[in-house]
Amino acid sequence: MTAIEAERHAANDAIEDEVPVPPPRASLGERALRIGVPVVMLVLVVAAWQAYVTIAEVPHYILPSPVRIAEALVSDWDMLGRALLITLRTTFLALILALVGGVLLSIVLVQSRWIELALFPYAVILQVTPIIAVAPLILIYTETTQQALLICAFLVAFFPVLANTTQGLKSTDHNLLNLFELYRASGWQTLVYLKLPNALPFFLAGLRIAGGLALIAAVVAEFAAGTAGGNAGLAFRLLESQFRLNIPRLFAALVLLSFTGVLIYATTSLISYLLLRKWHESALRREN
Amino acid sequence: MAGAPPSPTSAAGGVPLVSLQSISKTFSNGTVALHDFSLDIGERQFVSLLGPSGCGKSTVLRIIAGLGDPTAGTVTWPAAADGAGTRHQREIGFVFQEPTLMPWATAYNNVWLPLRLRGVSKTDARDQVMEALQMVGLEKFAGAYPRELSGGMKMRVSIARALITRPKLLLMDEPFAALDEITRFKLNDDLLHLWETFGWTVVFVTHSVFESVYLSNRIVVMAARPGRVFADLAVDAPYPRDEDFRTSGAYNEYCRLTSDALHRAILSTMAVS
Repeated sequence: MTAIEAERHAANDAIEDEVPVPPPRASLGERALRIGVPVVMLVLVVAAWQAYVTIAEVPHYILPSPVRIAEALVSDWDMLGRALLITLRTTFLALILALVGGVLLSIVLVQSRWIELALFPYAVILQVTPIIAVAPLILIYTETTQQALLICAFLVAFFPVLANTTQGLKSTDHNLLNLFELYRASGWQTLVYLKLPNALPFFLAGLRIAGGLALIAAVVAEFAAGTAGGNAGLAFRLLESQFRLNIPRLFAALVLLSFTGVLIYATTSLISYLLLRKWHESALRREN
Repeated sequence: MAGAPPSPTSAAGGVPLVSLQSISKTFSNGTVALHDFSLDIGERQFVSLLGPSGCGKSTVLRIIAGLGDPTAGTVTWPAAADGAGTRHQREIGFVFQEPTLMPWATAYNNVWLPLRLRGVSKTDARDQVMEALQMVGLEKFAGAYPRELSGGMKMRVSIARALITRPKLLLMDEPFAALDEITRFKLNDDLLHLWETFGWTVVFVTHSVFESVYLSNRIVVMAARPGRVFADLAVDAPYPRDEDFRTSGAYNEYCRLTSDALHRAILSTMAVS
């Protein structure tokens, strides 16, 4: 490097000294608060619930106390745990199929305006028709109930992935597309290096919606199918508890479902954060 | 300083690097962006395309780059062995008005892109990528993501990406328009320095009279509706140019001439519309 160049570079550093500052981390106090507030609130609600049931002497077949629900959860764990596992299997299989199918179909859709015009309406029709109304038909057409449940959950989880990923693939920066054209990138290269990374935040938004919907749809389908016996999911255990007026168990099943839903949402949010934290606005703290 | 100082070759003398003949471009909405536009660009020229917005400056760049075909007319590469310039197209570097970086990729990966698209692996490209980053003074920021860089630094990455294929022709579409003046002056100086060192041909779209005079040895003033060449001015001031040039009488005189031509171009546009 010549002296002039060295001087220039030194000047660069001096003038453009806006050296990347790491985003400010939340202070310890703020983080404690962020975890503390919801936890304190939860404890307060549960305590108030327990107090109300005890003081007003509400019968447990109307509203069981949190302690009773916890007892039911422990004593019926064998049955509830197995049911949960079955529901989870349907949920996750459907979610995986929806992710793979949604991404693949969105890639096909953006290939040509004609394909999109021809296929997208059917995706919309499948989405807007209430799954509970279609379930009886699907039950007739499938060999096993398990298949029917899977198809129902898949149909519901599929659309948000498809719609979001399609949107993401289509919203690629035109100048970047020009740049790829200038360097004679193949269609495959443009897809893999440009369009798919660009669609990632959209896909992840779809994933977060689809995760929750897959669980809901699995439960709704179980209600519609009314599976009994060893293959019964949580929804059936819920209905069964209601028939038998075993309200603590009903609540226990409900708690398990809510907890699963929250866990799915937290997991998909975490995946989204981990994949985007380095570059996407949604994962960054505002620096002002 | 490496390389012989480039001398401004007039369009008429020598074989032009790229030649646009009677180019017309009409967009699908009926807008006539260019009409009967002809321009020869000589090797090692630093040509500024100057004109009011809507005069088709960017369209000229895109047509040279092969992004979108002209409605009529031809682009030839007389200096290329095959004349058609298909090989030459690969030696074009393009810098857009925005940095146009991939936000999910580090500076290194953004600069690597043109080589990656040609199948050069990340490790094989290492020397070239680091050299390109060094040229724009950003070798320390190879691992930074675009959002972590200032506007000027992003533009430098964009320039490094355009330079990595060692292009013969560098097309720049108002690259510094969105930057503050201090950063713009700095980038102007660095660009001139690189140009003097490597001696590419540059076509630089701008709407700043001062920038065009400071940088180029030829200014093509364009008029709008339809886009056409209004005036073709030579800036014969010697290189290297620096702050002294910016305050010299010659600079002022060139600015006055260019400004005058630009005003007449704008008036002619208004008379037409």
